[in-house]
Amino acid sequence: MNLSYLFDASHWDPGTTGSFPDLLLAHLGYVALALLIGTVIALPVGLYIGHTGRGSFIAINAGNAGRSLPTLGLLMLMVTLLGLGLLPVLIALTVLVVPPILTSAYAGMRTLDHQVVDAAKGMGMRPWQVLTRVELPMALPVLMSGFRSAALQVVATATVAAAVGLSGLGRLMIDGLAVNDYSRVLAGAIVVALLAVLLDLLLALAQRWIVSPGVSKRF
Amino acid sequence: MITYLSNNGDTVLAALRQHIWLALVPVLLGFVIALPIGWLGVRFPWLYHPLVNVAGVLYSIPSLALFVFLPVLLGTKILSPLNIVVALTIYTVALLARTVADGLRAVDPLILQAASAMGYRRLKRLTDVELPVALPVILAGLRSATVANISLVSVGALIGVGGLGQLFTRGFQLFYLEPIFVGIILSVLLAAVADGIIVLIQRALTPWTRA
Repeated sequence: MNLSYLFDASHWDPGTTGSFPDLLLAHLGYVALALLIGTVIALPVGLYIGHTGRGSFIAINAGNAGRSLPTLGLLMLMVTLLGLGLLPVLIALTVLVVPPILTSAYAGMRTLDHQVVDAAKGMGMRPWQVLTRVELPMALPVLMSGFRSAALQVVATATVAAAVGLSGLGRLMIDGLAVNDYSRVLAGAIVVALLAVLLDLLLALAQRWIVSPGVSKRF
Repeated sequence: MITYLSNNGDTVLAALRQHIWLALVPVLLGFVIALPIGWLGVRFPWLYHPLVNVAGVLYSIPSLALFVFLPVLLGTKILSPLNIVVALTIYTVALLARTVADGLRAVDPLILQAASAMGYRRLKRLTDVELPVALPVILAGLRSATVANISLVSVGALIGVGGLGQLFTRGFQLFYLEPIFVGIILSVLLAAVADGIIVLIQRALTPWTRA
């Protein structure tokens, strides 16, 4: 295993374009942006459908459709339609974020105990209070699992986005393959795999922290 | 799109055929490997959490990274289709081992006691009682693994073997929408058909769930 590229100090200088810190930052930027936009779109819709039960069909099928979309095809379609640049890639990434979050928000709202919701109403809570103080906290574990799979999906697809000219850690693999520098390919694979694993771990910890002990039964 | 298809029918069919192979061989291999692993996670309960964690870590590795990393482990050429098959098998095992364990764990203990009381030995009880009862859960996992594999194969086009993914790279290089559209539509259709077939298999194998 040739790790010379990975352990070459000059590739770790944050100032240079194409160094690990530079690519990592770009990668995280795409991931964060796509997750933010995707959540802003998908969360309210998923919560609404789950809360009212209207349009369940959309929520259930969004998840299936999202899983079966080939990510590379979506990326290349967007870039061929709209030209090179950040916008088409961001649209493709956001399209991939929406289904898991929408479906899990819906599923979280549907599977929670209705007696608790009735009790909250009986105590005189307004619909908005029921949503934010009862339903949302109880739906959070399911919602977070959807968010985590969305995050992993985006990290992986942002890697592939290097093939359509974007920066990010995928550059190391795509460029390395193009110039037959396997040491660089390997460095990219290792760093991006570590990033995905660490991000998932961080989100798992965040989930423990934000889910109420009364819901997760850890008290 | 029609003209594209009539002029490039052979290319598209070859890509589709390769796509089916690359996606479904790992599903079968992964299923066969995941069954005993999942069972171990139930038979030895202390194994369950390590199993779930390892599976989670493996599943979170981005596909392109796994495709290009495997040659180091396997000694294969970087452009070998074997890398894709092994990578997708790893994802399938990671997804299914957990589902198998969860499915078997969810079998009602009363059913197990009844089977044992009727004289079933451990292996016979596993194959004749536990697996059939856990089948709906296991097949639900198999459906998501199959659909995920079919959409992941395309990424292989970046290392030269990607079934329908080759239509994407070709369209992208030539700035030509038709092959990309055809590739996406065929990939989504293939996923839907494979999913439907598993649903039919499930209906045939578990008639009691519809009673």
